[in-house]
Amino acid sequence: MIQTPHVDWFSISTILVLLGASGIALLGAVLVPRAHRRTFAAAVAALGSIGAIVTSVWLYVDSASGHRVIADGFYRDRWTAMAQVIICATAFCTVLVSVDHVPEEHVAEFFSLLLASTAGMTFFVGAANLMTLFLSLEWFSIALYIMCAIDYGREGSLEAGLKYLIVGSFGSASLLFGSALVYGATNHIGFAEIAQTVGSQGLHGDLLLVLGLAMIIAGLGFKMSAAPFHMWTPDVYEGAPTPVTAFMSSATKVAALVLTLRVLRTAFPQETHLWSWAFAGIAVASLVIGNFAALVQRNVKRMLAYSSISHAGFMLIGLSAGTALGGRALMYYLVPYSAMAFGSFAIVAARERELGVPVTFENLAGFGWERPFLGVAMWFFMFGFAGLPLGGGFIGKFYVLSAAYRHGWTWLVIVGVLATLVSLYYYLGVVRALYMRPGEGVGVAAVAGGSPAREPLLHAAVGLALTVSVGSLFAVGPLITLAKHAAASLPF
Amino acid sequence: MSVASLTTVLICLPIGAALAVWILPLSRYATGSLAVLVSLVEVGLWIEQAARFDFGRRGLQFSQDTPWIKDLHVSYHVGVYGFSLWLVGLTVVAMAACIGYGFWVGRDRARAYFGLMLFLTGATVGVFVSQDLLLFYAFFEGMLIPLYVLVGVWGGAGRLGATIKLLIYTMAGSLVMLAAIIVYGLKAGTFDLVDAPPSVSRWLFLGFMLAFVIKAPLFPFHGWLPDAYREAPPEVTAVLSGVVAKAGVYGMLRIAITKFPEPAHFYATSIMALAAGTLVYASVLAFRAPDFRGVVAYSSMAFSGLIALGLFSGKDLGYDGAVLQMVAHGLISVSLFLIAGAVERRTTTGEFALLGGMARGRPALATLLMATGVISLAVPGSASFAGEFLILAGAYQRAWWWAVIGAGAIVLAAMYMLRLISAVLHEARGSTVSDAALDLRPGELALVVPLVGVLLALSAWPAAITHHSFAGDTPTAAVKAQFK
Repeated sequence: MIQTPHVDWFSISTILVLLGASGIALLGAVLVPRAHRRTFAAAVAALGSIGAIVTSVWLYVDSASGHRVIADGFYRDRWTAMAQVIICATAFCTVLVSVDHVPEEHVAEFFSLLLASTAGMTFFVGAANLMTLFLSLEWFSIALYIMCAIDYGREGSLEAGLKYLIVGSFGSASLLFGSALVYGATNHIGFAEIAQTVGSQGLHGDLLLVLGLAMIIAGLGFKMSAAPFHMWTPDVYEGAPTPVTAFMSSATKVAALVLTLRVLRTAFPQETHLWSWAFAGIAVASLVIGNFAALVQRNVKRMLAYSSISHAGFMLIGLSAGTALGGRALMYYLVPYSAMAFGSFAIVAARERELGVPVTFENLAGFGWERPFLGVAMWFFMFGFAGLPLGGGFIGKFYVLSAAYRHGWTWLVIVGVLATLVSLYYYLGVVRALYMRPGEGVGVAAVAGGSPAREPLLHAAVGLALTVSVGSLFAVGPLITLAKHAAASLPF
Repeated sequence: MSVASLTTVLICLPIGAALAVWILPLSRYATGSLAVLVSLVEVGLWIEQAARFDFGRRGLQFSQDTPWIKDLHVSYHVGVYGFSLWLVGLTVVAMAACIGYGFWVGRDRARAYFGLMLFLTGATVGVFVSQDLLLFYAFFEGMLIPLYVLVGVWGGAGRLGATIKLLIYTMAGSLVMLAAIIVYGLKAGTFDLVDAPPSVSRWLFLGFMLAFVIKAPLFPFHGWLPDAYREAPPEVTAVLSGVVAKAGVYGMLRIAITKFPEPAHFYATSIMALAAGTLVYASVLAFRAPDFRGVVAYSSMAFSGLIALGLFSGKDLGYDGAVLQMVAHGLISVSLFLIAGAVERRTTTGEFALLGGMARGRPALATLLMATGVISLAVPGSASFAGEFLILAGAYQRAWWWAVIGAGAIVLAAMYMLRLISAVLHEARGSTVSDAALDLRPGELALVVPLVGVLLALSAWPAAITHHSFAGDTPTAAVKAQFK
């Protein structure tokens, strides 16, 4: 008789809902006639992600006192639940954008994979030991590798899938190796037990442990695409189907950053001074590389990829502070960031569909006047990214910089401010292209012929993203309270 | 409507109207009418506020305070002091004239244009009334967003370069200010401008000042100015120099001098030197400028220097003169740029070489340009003269040679302004001036005449501002008490 642990089914309800929906969508690929497959799979995916949002909100409300469940393998607390809400909301928007943007042959499989990877991420953010951490990382990564390559008729898509697979596997390997070293040093895989053992056995500063920590940081750095682990990002973001890029740039980053802070605070509190400095360094590297590389990009997706690297840098400023304020700042920042990142890629997807070629600054000309809503939304996202007070990005930056200052790192505040200044140039480049260059001379607008597709669902998704990014400026109070309660689950 | 919410209404009404204009599918005519109407309602609301304002009482009036970010003690705190009341008045009057001008010339893409102008109105009012550092910063930056698009879309041929310079320069300043705000606010434990204790940090002072001297602008931070003023549409240039630039000098008074008494004292001489340098340098540039807008642009820069000179003299007369001059110069500059726009529309150019002889047969244009120009060059009896006299008297109390430099610059002002007047109105008829070019039309008169009227009223009674800015106190005492 095998002893099975007690399972708190409700704590993993979000994951179960997503997995269930994923299974149904996959069945649709075989059972539902081709004519209805797209509608069916998209509907299942939309319902699944809405259901997942509902359960995560419920979990947030119902998990005031965080604790571990299922053989201490998973955290049921507000930190997990809030991240799950953001991830599932992103997944829902991805469904809306993908409906008209996924190749016909594998549409049901695509939605199934999308749900599966969302499930993986929602599990990942609650991981409580190195084993569940690694398994869930692979779980969502493998789904993402396939999603990147799903448009396999296009060379870029295949290339993106392959690159992501190879570099991602390298990151996973590093994470796994690091985990092994940490296990070797402490004889434990549970985060809390690791911290306990380090404390009780005086392993503080132990070479094996520190090496393991460094490799874990590197492995997670790949997922959050922070420099110097970023080199895959522009290529993969450029090559992957744009809805997938939108999903990766927002949800993956949320998952990776949220989990990283959890691991560091829970498993390695004694090494705070080490990882604080490590992440401050990574943040600076991301800010410098992301911003300066973005300056010279002509392809909008590549520019946004570098911008996402630089934003990883900003969020890492909050993370590196390693304080409750930093955690709050990180969680708050993720809300407008994921909305803006998602929304801007969704708009690129719309333009891409219209033109049939990759979107560059040149062929973005006049777009703002042709499609006023998408143009205005892009305008808001770009100004929001740049930290102008048109959205929550402004408060997010203010918060992370405040966290850095409270931590005593005025120099990091100055680096952040300078990075913002550099970033203005390329964000405004988009606005300039949208509104200030004549569209007639481009000569590509006619390629698709006729008026652009109406795409009400894409508009709805962009509208949602716009609402969240602008709304988070006004609803700072409530959001911060939510983030505060979430961060209270972590041991600060 | 409670009285206190009047301030919030002054901010929110134009922003709400901007949203309405963007969303509602109104015709060009309806959009413009709505925008003009809203801007006039703003003027009416401001008059209501001024009428209810108790000039004898100290401290903030019409204030509202709601927590915004609780754990960092950031709040939505707005309210007006005597001097900010006048600047809000300048803003709403100038914006009404400029929006009216945009309507008159029929800017294309009307919904976008008027929405942005209304948004700009709200943001600018917000700068002058916010009593929380982060809120101040948000509005300070918020002004830039519509300006960027207004210059970039409706500007002249070199607009793209102009917008980049404008934005990079001003953002460089304001981002440094953001860092200073974070440090100052977290150190003080509150971001509230009224409650925050004064600081002695010289670094923070310089961080704030950088943003303000770029916005004003003072030499050598004026690199963005010539391009932006020349390429923007005339009414946007008018806003930029008449109102937005005043946010820079207002910030010096409200934040830099008030919250950093020790550093302000320490750096007073250096900043006055910078201001005096700006005054002379910009006046010389204005004298050399080859076109209408160039002259007015550099003259505004010179006036920014003059105002800063008054503020950092640290004397009662200096403060009073500076506030009067902010308002008077704002009105002058808006009038002159609108007239410049009118001239450009008739002749397609502002180059002096191609202009001349416009007075003949155009009495209204000649009279208005003459009147504004004469007020601008501080002829005795004008509002500008009162302001300059007070500023120079304040500077004189500090050291006599500040006043000598200032007086020298006023001579230069007379030179460049008279050069402008004669180059446009008199001399031989320019090649671009045809007989068909009409005098100012009733629509244009309706915009410029009220501005000049207000200027004349201020000339008759400058004490309206100088005696009603610092709540019965001497200005130095009010600054020392941080306006509490």
